[in-house]
Amino acid sequence: MTALPNTRYVAHKRRVTEDKRLAAGRGNFVQDIQMPGTLHVAVLASPHPRANILSINADAALALPGVACVLTGAELYAATNPLYGGLPTPEVKWLPLAVGMTRYAGEWVCAVAATSRAIAEDAIELIEVDYESLPCIVDPEEALKDDAPLVHPGHKSNVLYRRTFTWGPVADDFAKSEETLSFRARWNRSSTVPIETFGALARWDQGRDMLEVWASIQMPNYAEQIANALRIPLNAVRVHQDVDVGGSYGVKRGIKHTIIVGYLSRKLGGVPVRLIEDRFDNMSGGDAHGPDRIFDTKVAFDRDGTIRSMKVRAIDDAGAYPGRGPFQLGKPIAALCGPYTVNSIEYEAISVTTNKTGQVPVRGFGQSPTNFMIETMVDKVARHLGMDRLVIRRKNFISPDAFPYEIPTGTKYDSGNYPVVLDKGVALADWQRLVKQREALRAKGRLAGIGIATCLEPGGGNNMFEYLMNPSAEITTFMEGCGIRIDGHGKITGVMGTTTSGQGHETLVATIMGEDLEREPDDIRVVHADSLAGLPTRSPVASRMAIMLGGAASGAARKIKDKLLKIAAHNLGKPESELEYDGGAIFDRADPARKLSWEQLCTIAHRQYHKLPPGMEPGLQAEYVWQVPRGGGLPDKDDKVQLYPCFSFQAHLALVDIDPDTGKVNILDYALAHDCGTVINPDIVRGMIIGGVAHGIGAALYEKFHYAPDGQFMSATFADYLIPSVFEVPFVKDVEHCTPSPLTSHGQKGSGEGGYLGAPACIASAVNDALAPRNLSLDSLPMRMMDIEALLNGDQPT
Amino acid sequence: MSEIKLTINGVTRTASAEPRTSLLDFIREHLGLTATHMGCEHGVCGACSVMLDGVPVRSCLMFAVQADGHDVMTAEGLRDADGAPGVIMDSFIEAHGMQCGYCTPGMMVATHALLSQSPDPTDDEIREAIGGNLCRCTGYAQIIEAIRIAAQRLRDAT
Repeated sequence: MTALPNTRYVAHKRRVTEDKRLAAGRGNFVQDIQMPGTLHVAVLASPHPRANILSINADAALALPGVACVLTGAELYAATNPLYGGLPTPEVKWLPLAVGMTRYAGEWVCAVAATSRAIAEDAIELIEVDYESLPCIVDPEEALKDDAPLVHPGHKSNVLYRRTFTWGPVADDFAKSEETLSFRARWNRSSTVPIETFGALARWDQGRDMLEVWASIQMPNYAEQIANALRIPLNAVRVHQDVDVGGSYGVKRGIKHTIIVGYLSRKLGGVPVRLIEDRFDNMSGGDAHGPDRIFDTKVAFDRDGTIRSMKVRAIDDAGAYPGRGPFQLGKPIAALCGPYTVNSIEYEAISVTTNKTGQVPVRGFGQSPTNFMIETMVDKVARHLGMDRLVIRRKNFISPDAFPYEIPTGTKYDSGNYPVVLDKGVALADWQRLVKQREALRAKGRLAGIGIATCLEPGGGNNMFEYLMNPSAEITTFMEGCGIRIDGHGKITGVMGTTTSGQGHETLVATIMGEDLEREPDDIRVVHADSLAGLPTRSPVASRMAIMLGGAASGAARKIKDKLLKIAAHNLGKPESELEYDGGAIFDRADPARKLSWEQLCTIAHRQYHKLPPGMEPGLQAEYVWQVPRGGGLPDKDDKVQLYPCFSFQAHLALVDIDPDTGKVNILDYALAHDCGTVINPDIVRGMIIGGVAHGIGAALYEKFHYAPDGQFMSATFADYLIPSVFEVPFVKDVEHCTPSPLTSHGQKGSGEGGYLGAPACIASAVNDALAPRNLSLDSLPMRMMDIEALLNGDQPT
Repeated sequence: MSEIKLTINGVTRTASAEPRTSLLDFIREHLGLTATHMGCEHGVCGACSVMLDGVPVRSCLMFAVQADGHDVMTAEGLRDADGAPGVIMDSFIEAHGMQCGYCTPGMMVATHALLSQSPDPTDDEIREAIGGNLCRCTGYAQIIEAIRIAAQRLRDAT
């Protein structure tokens, strides 16, 4: 089924509500919130990747005028609980400030609160810490060895998680296949790195015995984690969600920062305390790094290109404090075979701890590295068989008439049309022209290559990867709530309960409520209720807000419409089935002159109880809390499970030119076709997709959090960690296709991650196509100039 | 403490600050103008861009005392007199030339710098003008479109 929706507002080009305040320089970022008497926090970072802390002397720091407090890990540990991770590893304690031992270079050892950030930084330099440096481990494979130094000695191993899943007849499929092939793919440590660092401001309200928090946050269960760590009731935490977040893409998870400022504010009698990371804090110790992964994959296939089975071992380096990082091995089970009809899969997932900063969730939650592995696999099979890379993809695609389609892991894909989307991408890119251009470049002595990659974008979320990896986490609920209030003047207010970090959630809610109630979205105000006033939310993760917040907004709007129809039926003396709702007014279909306007209906609801149906609640307000579709079930005895409900699809194509002398990659052409079902706002979707491509280009060619073998962190600035500028991002052509999801309010699916899921694989495919005439290949990201140059010179890449 | 007197967005302001205070911190913390954003504090990202005597600079890379007696324009200076979004701002809204909005003020200052010198820029000139401003959300496409719209509108207005 392919159709563009017949809509008033959904899918139409409309201005984005949030842009007005952001473009006018009137955003409300956490750094913009000024409170008199605020204390500013700076942190002391360990220079050692692994060391015993023998003593801390803060006398000189405390003597500095303006310093209010020096907080050590020992004091904080005595008064708070360790932070929440999720794996059953009780001896791996994640603490905001180190206690006894530091586990990575950059780990926070002390925090100073002072009347200005400058004074706090001065004080940090006056703290004397006596360290006993210890051998460290930064290579995840070395960390797996029996004699490796232990990052968490109490855990007695550096393995945080290790399990092999087998879905379907893997051994049989391998035995029956005509060919097999093995390879290693390396996704080095990178991340999203927003331009705004993380920041948190806390104020303990002594009059109410309550902690107020403003933070640059994007995380599920933030208030719950604060309450647990600070040992206070959950209803004594009020997180203000109307803070504009300056980009996140998964990483804005400053729980340890929040615990520090929350604890300090309470200890210091309710003075506001804020911690705004500087760039070094952010990159070295801010818990902002993403997956760091080694895939060893074996694939079984026939000579006609049919891929039958795959065996994947993924070693993921979680760093010193795992947090939610290890679960980024679990989520990709949602789409472990991509858009292809693979019959069986073996998946060994290994999470290992090392002396690096902790891993946090990053856009796609492990899907982008996994997709890079899957697409590398398909390209390698094609190359081995001498098959065209488009042909092998078409041959293995799930057929458009096979949906809902269950992959071996038990997850059902909701809908899709992969061949058509690929065809649209190929047409947009003009494949024959790309081939001609590539050949012309090669004739001139350049290395040129065409990249092709597809990706599935699981959207909507659910928590089942956690249960799969830790069955004590019996969490099947994954919900989102939205409220609607129509006041006595007939004005509509939508109430959401989470922050926004560039995804345009206010626009989303207003567009969907406007669509369903047939009212102008620009007249709908959307507010972010704080965590005590708002409805349950799981926050903007998992490419889920169009699906879940959109669905909740639609559900709330439909409740209002139902109520209006009941009011009209009562007043017009006709059953609801004989009435027509039109733009907010309701009329009698048999006699359209008998009509109640929107204003009249709102007046009745708010002021004329005598005209309400007997027993009806007065006012016009509704709440809707929606459980994720197809969510709620536990895995079966074979570990088959529904992970995420909706599956968007993209096809990426690129032409690259590599300078054979320097290894510099120039992207000459980039085209992509995308299908995320119904598009709610075309500008938002296009922006997220192209932004995701830019982010993926960074992961493919430039971005690496590099640790030297001695454990020192080498890329703590934007001069060392290279984010693509406008010169590195080509003009991206895009074309849309719409296969609506049958599971969502308007057929929408997720769109925030796909660009980032497809681009790294596409660039890698292009680079390898360019290297093919020299019989070279490179399967490690990022493919930096120096790596390609080394490969061309016959050196080992660094 | 040093007394610093400067013209900011056409208004003369005086405030005291430590000599080590960056122009960025001075603008945000001492003058209370929060559109200028802190991104990297080492001159790479451009989120803190302001105009100094008509030239775009990084406010994180200079001290406030160095701006004493100079003319500064921040992104707030791109608003219309009544506080509504000016032409450049409105063009960024029209093209959705942002997502989170954090790099946006710096991008708009760079746009202002470009269009004051080159009212009909080529795409290469646009890229050059924002080449020192990092955006992590958009991939730059809609920012470039916003600048094209702004250029057209400003040309139409003159």
